[in-house]
Order: sequence, then structure tokens, then C-alpha cells
Amino acid sequence: MGVPVAITLALVLEQTLNGLQYGVMLFLMAAGLTLVFGIMNLVNLAHGSLYMVGAYLATALARWSGSFVLGVALALPGTLLVGILVEVVALRTLYEREHLDQVLATFGLILFFNELIAIIWGRAAIYTSVPPFLSGHIRVLPGVPYPTYRAGIILVGVAVAVLLWILVTRTRLGMRIRAGATNRTMISALGVNIRLLYTLVFGVGAALAGLAGAMAGPIYSVQPGMGEGILIQVFVVIVIGGIGSIRGAMVGAIVVGMADTLGRAFLKPMLATVISPPAADKAGPALASMSIYLLMAAVLFFRPEGLFPARSRS
Amino acid sequence: MTVSRRAIALAVGCLLLALVPPIAALTNQPFYVDLFRRMMIFAIAAVSLDLILGYGGMVSFGHAAYLGIGAYAVGIPAFHGVDSGWLQWPLAIVASALAALVIGAISLRTSGVYFIMITLAFAQMLYYLGLSLEAYGGDNGMRLAGRSRFGGPIDLHQPAVFYYVVLAILVLFLVLGSRLVASRFGMVIRAAKSNEPRARAIGFSPFRYKLTAFVIAGSAGGLAGALLANQTEYLTPDFMHWTRSGEIMFMVILGGTGTLFGPVIGAIALLLLEDVLSALTVHWQIVLGPILILVVLFAKRGLFGLLPGAAPRDG
Repeated sequence: MGVPVAITLALVLEQTLNGLQYGVMLFLMAAGLTLVFGIMNLVNLAHGSLYMVGAYLATALARWSGSFVLGVALALPGTLLVGILVEVVALRTLYEREHLDQVLATFGLILFFNELIAIIWGRAAIYTSVPPFLSGHIRVLPGVPYPTYRAGIILVGVAVAVLLWILVTRTRLGMRIRAGATNRTMISALGVNIRLLYTLVFGVGAALAGLAGAMAGPIYSVQPGMGEGILIQVFVVIVIGGIGSIRGAMVGAIVVGMADTLGRAFLKPMLATVISPPAADKAGPALASMSIYLLMAAVLFFRPEGLFPARSRS
Repeated sequence: MTVSRRAIALAVGCLLLALVPPIAALTNQPFYVDLFRRMMIFAIAAVSLDLILGYGGMVSFGHAAYLGIGAYAVGIPAFHGVDSGWLQWPLAIVASALAALVIGAISLRTSGVYFIMITLAFAQMLYYLGLSLEAYGGDNGMRLAGRSRFGGPIDLHQPAVFYYVVLAILVLFLVLGSRLVASRFGMVIRAAKSNEPRARAIGFSPFRYKLTAFVIAGSAGGLAGALLANQTEYLTPDFMHWTRSGEIMFMVILGGTGTLFGPVIGAIALLLLEDVLSALTVHWQIVLGPILILVVLFAKRGLFGLLPGAAPRDG
């Protein structure tokens, strides 16, 4: 434990890929959240609950069907439905309210979902194993193996990012979403069913969070409250990126994913050269956790609207 | 009208709270002294948040950070054998005031959602700092060696004495708070909340006023933290957890924002509700969550607004 880890090139490369992988998961979460923020002007703390729901649905469905891929594939429409249900039942009335009300009501949703999951599946963490065809390693460079499953997450994330980009910039639906983000009143005056659009965007955001949760199953522990840690980091991501901007979410996610992962990996051995190794063992991860908040404070200090502020908002 | 209603509410509430220890002693239920003391400590935190949230429109989502700073300002000296409350409590106030000064100076550059998020981020930073304090228990926290000592008749180990100390602080803070919000200073804060450009146009610099209010609220939160550490005789970074900030915020909303006395009722109501629900079922949060949503959706003026003769909430 206390022995300083030699920082080799292979390790740096591996951790950089881990940072990218974590960044991709953050992006899947951030994309939905930033759209909901930017278009509906809604602060949704319960986005992390949808991540949790995705993870549990995927785990349960994978056990039921015997196939991990089928579990993940079914968890997507599952969280889409849960998301739409939440939007219609609870959140719809909140769009016109102030942010304070939104924060508190969605905080209430978190309590509800955490407890609901605890009642159904218990409080203990449950584990999923990686399916055999994804459990090996691939060779990134000679002498640098990397787990296939994590590489798969990066691929899925990049694919989703590309699809999302095409959806938002190249389709009619995307045009409406962008128009909705720019001027809500105007787009509904032009005859677009803004309510349906809102529900749809929220559902897609929920499904993306569910996808992140479903893929997280085999890497992180699946337990009630698992969505909260990542949720706060996702907020950091979209605040750094600029609320309402997909591009900002992408950049922010990669930056935060890298900072967090590399900080966790290398702050400890670097600190161990200065302070005693046992102290560095504890201080390293804590400092790494703080680093992204410092980053966010610094960004907001210089650019109070984030790196890529969404253009105009009504 | 408002003033007299406030005075009546204060007098009645004060009397009721003052009666708790004798009634608990008569009915042989010492547990209630503990419960109501806890409620009043959270009431101090909630009232301090209401100063900036209800009157200044500053939605700080990191108010639990000051609870933590105050608690550590008691716990760390106690760990090193310094148990004088005359030193610990002022330290709690000064340390949290300094933290609020730094956090406020940066956060108040932003507004809206960004303000909510940056205050949350600072609280998280302090939470992780608490986790990293390995010498003081890290994530497990540590036992408080003993409650703060003041000498003379003020012995906090006597439950009733400690109770009345907390009550006195709460009442003093409420009186000071209501004078503050009615003062010229309070008027500027409220003006900045309802229309900041206009406040600036008539020659005020809202930033400095808001920052001062932020620091006052932070230092009161720190004092509440010092009291909380004495209450639980245990402190952990969980004092600063973001769900704690959410709870304090909910106390303010439940009681009624911008009323000062409302948050006291909110704190009592929420902790009472938690106490009752958790006695009924381990899954009490599944009930609390929807209650919270319903309160936000339908009881906009909070419990204080339900009291007879309630005047419209001032912006």
C-alpha cells in the first residue's frame, strides 16, 4: 500500500484511457442534464437517480435474461419510460418555478428513488460481472494492455456523442431542440408542441443517464445513492462547459474525467515523496476529489458563464 | 402589524420552548430535551440561511459547510486538550466567517443556477477536506473529548443548562436578525433581491452588502456547528454532506422563506417528522421525499404562512 508506485509511461497511458472512459460516462450524464437545463431551464438533481435506475434495471434484466448485452439494451427503454413518467408526474409543473423550488423538489425525488431501490433490491451493493467476450484485454500499444470492457465504454460513448451531434445539428428534431433552447416562447408560437418536445428531451436524457448507469454496473458498485457522487461531478462538468451547451458538456466531461482519474492515480505517489506514505494514502484521493471543484471555482471566477456559454436565453 | 405578530410569535414560541425541560423532567422523558435542543441548533442554521436565501435571494446550496467548520473548530482544539468554550466558540464563528468571505467573494460573481452550483462545489471541497483530515478521524470522524467548558454555572454536561444556552442563542439571533432585516442594511439586501440593477442605479453597491450578509449567515452557521458538535459529542465530515445542506434549505422552505421565524418552525417540523416517520418504518425517506415535493409544489408560503393573521410574504 504505502510503497510509492513508479510512474511509468504504460501507467500514464492506462490512466489517461481510464480518464477518457470516465469522461465518456460523465458526458452521457451531462448531455441529458445540460439539455434539460438549457431548454427547460430546470435544475434536475434527480438525474443521478435515473443513472441508478439504469444500473439496477440492467443488472436485474441481465440476470433474468442471462445476457449482459440484452440487459443493457432493455435498460435503455426502461429508463426512458421511468424518465417520461417522472417528467409527466412531478417535473412538468416545475418548469415555471424558481430554481430553489426545483432543487428541493428533485432533492425529494432522490430520497424517494433511493428508498424505493433499497426496498426492492436492498441496501447492500450488488455486483455484475463483465460478459466473457468483453472480459479480456486489448493491446493499445506494444506492452500496454487495456481492459476490453473499458475500451468498449469509450467506443459506445464516442458513438453516442456522434449520434447526438447528428441529431442536434442535422435533423428537424434537433433544430427544434436548439430553437427551444434559444427562445421557448417563440418556438411554441410557431406551432411546435413544446410540452411534447420537453417530455421527449427529458426522456432521451434519462435514457442516456440510464445507459451510463447500465455500463457502470460491472465497474463501480451498484447500490442505493450511487447516483449522487457522479451527479455532483456532472454538475461540475456542465457548469465548467457552460449550461445548455452540448459541446461544453463534451469538453467539460473530458476535462473533469481526466482531472479526477489522473489526480486519483498520481497525486498519491507524488505526495508520498513529500509526506509520509500512509498520510499520502488518505490525502491523495481526498485532494484529487477536491481538484475538480477547485477547477470549477477557477473557471467560474474567470468566466462566470462557463467555457462555452449557450448563446441567448429568454 | 408584522412587528407585533413577530413579537407575539417570538414570545409564545420562546415560552413553549422554555417549558420543554421541566415537562420532560416531570414526565420522565429526558429524550425530549435532547431532541428539542437538536431542533433549535438546526433552527439557528436555518434562520441564518434564511437571512441570505429569503431576504437576499442568494440560494446557497452549501450551508452545511459552516456547520462542519464550526464543529471542527470545537473538535480540533478539544482533541489537543483545549476545551474552553470561550476559545472554541469564537474560533468557530471567526473560521466560518473567513470561509464565507472567501466562498462569497467568488460565488457572488455568479448568479442563478451557477450560484447554486458553485456554493455546492465549495461545500463539497470542504467535505473532502474533512475526509482527508486523517489525524482527526478522516471519514470516520472522531469523538469529542468533552463538551466545551465555560466555568461557573454554565456546565454544558447538564442537559437542561445546555438546552437553555442554545435557546438563549436562538432567541438572541432571532432578535438581532429581525433588527438586521428591518435596518437600512437589510433594505439594501432586499432591494438587491427584487431588482439588482435598480438597486445599483440608485447608488448602492449590492455586492458588498450581499457579501456582508453572506458572511454573517456563514458565521451564524459556524456557531450552530459548534453547538451541534457539543450536542452529538461526535463530529464527522458528514456534517458537511450536501444532503445536509439540502435539509437545512428544506427547513427554510417548509417554515417559509423570508420570515426568520418560519425556519424555526420548519426545523422543528422537519426533525419531528423525521423522528415520527423513522419510528414507523425504516423506509421513512420514501414518505419524506414525496412530502417534500408536495410542500414545494403547494405550500409556497410555508408553515409560517398558515399562522393566523399572516401578512403577505415580503419580497
